[in-house]
Amino acid sequence: MRIEQHPILQFQKGKKLKFTFNGEEVEGFDGETIAAALHAAGVKVLGRSLFLHRPRGFYCAIGNCSSCLMTVNGRANVKTCVTDLEEGMVVETQEGKGVII
Amino acid sequence: MKQAELLIIGGGPAGLCAAISAASSGASVLVAERNKNLGGQLVKQTHMFFGSEKQYASTRGIDITGILLHELNKYKENVEIMTDTTIVGMFEDGVVTALHKEDNYFKIKPNAVVVATGAFEKALAFPNNDLPGIYGAGAVQTLMNVYGVKPGNKVLMVGAGNIGLIVSYQLMQAGVQVVAILDAAPKIGGYLVHASKIRRMGVPILTSHTVKKAIGKEFLEKAIVCQVDDKFNQVEGTEMEFDVDVMCISVGLTPLNELLSMRGCQMKYVPQLSGMVPLRNDNYETSIENVFAAGDTTGVEEASAAMVEGYLAGLCAAAKIGHMTDDFEERKNDYVKQLESLRSGPVGKHILSGIEQIVIKGEQYV
Repeated sequence: MRIEQHPILQFQKGKKLKFTFNGEEVEGFDGETIAAALHAAGVKVLGRSLFLHRPRGFYCAIGNCSSCLMTVNGRANVKTCVTDLEEGMVVETQEGKGVII
Repeated sequence: MKQAELLIIGGGPAGLCAAISAASSGASVLVAERNKNLGGQLVKQTHMFFGSEKQYASTRGIDITGILLHELNKYKENVEIMTDTTIVGMFEDGVVTALHKEDNYFKIKPNAVVVATGAFEKALAFPNNDLPGIYGAGAVQTLMNVYGVKPGNKVLMVGAGNIGLIVSYQLMQAGVQVVAILDAAPKIGGYLVHASKIRRMGVPILTSHTVKKAIGKEFLEKAIVCQVDDKFNQVEGTEMEFDVDVMCISVGLTPLNELLSMRGCQMKYVPQLSGMVPLRNDNYETSIENVFAAGDTTGVEEASAAMVEGYLAGLCAAAKIGHMTDDFEERKNDYVKQLESLRSGPVGKHILSGIEQIVIKGEQYV
């Protein structure tokens, strides 16, 4: 769900990038965050809550609320709303608190 | 240990203006910004600003960052900017700890600090308020205006303050349907010029209404809305159902005050300023000597006020550490007058009644 036409803004998309989300190949663009690319691809559920395993999406999109934490390239607790997408990234839903490498 | 004369925490409107003001006074300035870009939340503000020319009225927020950076560049020999750098601690001995790109952890020892960390969107309590699809209005603004991604197809906006109204308009500019705007208050909080524009586009603004609950399994599918009475209690039998996949929560912001609290600044809860804010003097110096604060972290307002506060705090912080300029009084009075003018309306009156509770008169706090 990308904006095609806008009266004020022009979106200059960067290079097309391929990454995986829970093993499935997804496409995004250079210059956007992981969460933005996932949302554009229709992925709203980024994780699960710790105890009740309720679905979690982003909330603040400025790196403050920790609702968008995911495992990226094996590293837990990555704030996907402020982390830039890179070619070949392995993005996964995080189970539990994650372990700091 | 990195040495710095004046450390400015936050490269948003307040922080950048503090940097311009301090660097132009002759102070060496280090700006630490946690994001990769400067400008803070100006980056998504496609609307034109109010205020007067001095606060860039009639300029779109997205263009103001460029203007400020151009100004800051004039003093580049005095300025160091570190992006992707999160300040994670402020300690009693004046040491500040920083994390660059989550890999490089280091210490800074500044002579003075201006904390300009901004604010953060509040949430609203109702059943299932944690479902994906329920986002801060600012978050949706970022998604749309920075990344060009639609948040969904049908949006319910909760909150008819300026952010709620402006983001509703911007959603429609992006081709997204806004089914209604709610506000628990009996009156629209934002400027009527924005509200009228939205009503003309056919979006109802339901005052004295709130969210009863959200419905959805994996993400938002429906919202149940109801009326509230004059004591904000929900009125039985007034429920309405909206088929929406996005709900934007725009019920205000609250100051990001963690660093000031951690440093031991005296803080006070002031509802008019939207949360815990530091006590300060007229020079925006907190109860801890050489720790200054400016912008939304000292009380939530518009970016225009944050910029003027930044200029003022930067000027005073520079003066405090030995860079008093010949035109100090003149510049300070100009900033004070600008703030007075920005706070001259009814919203300003409300803000001023909050500021009264935190300002200790005089130059010296201690």
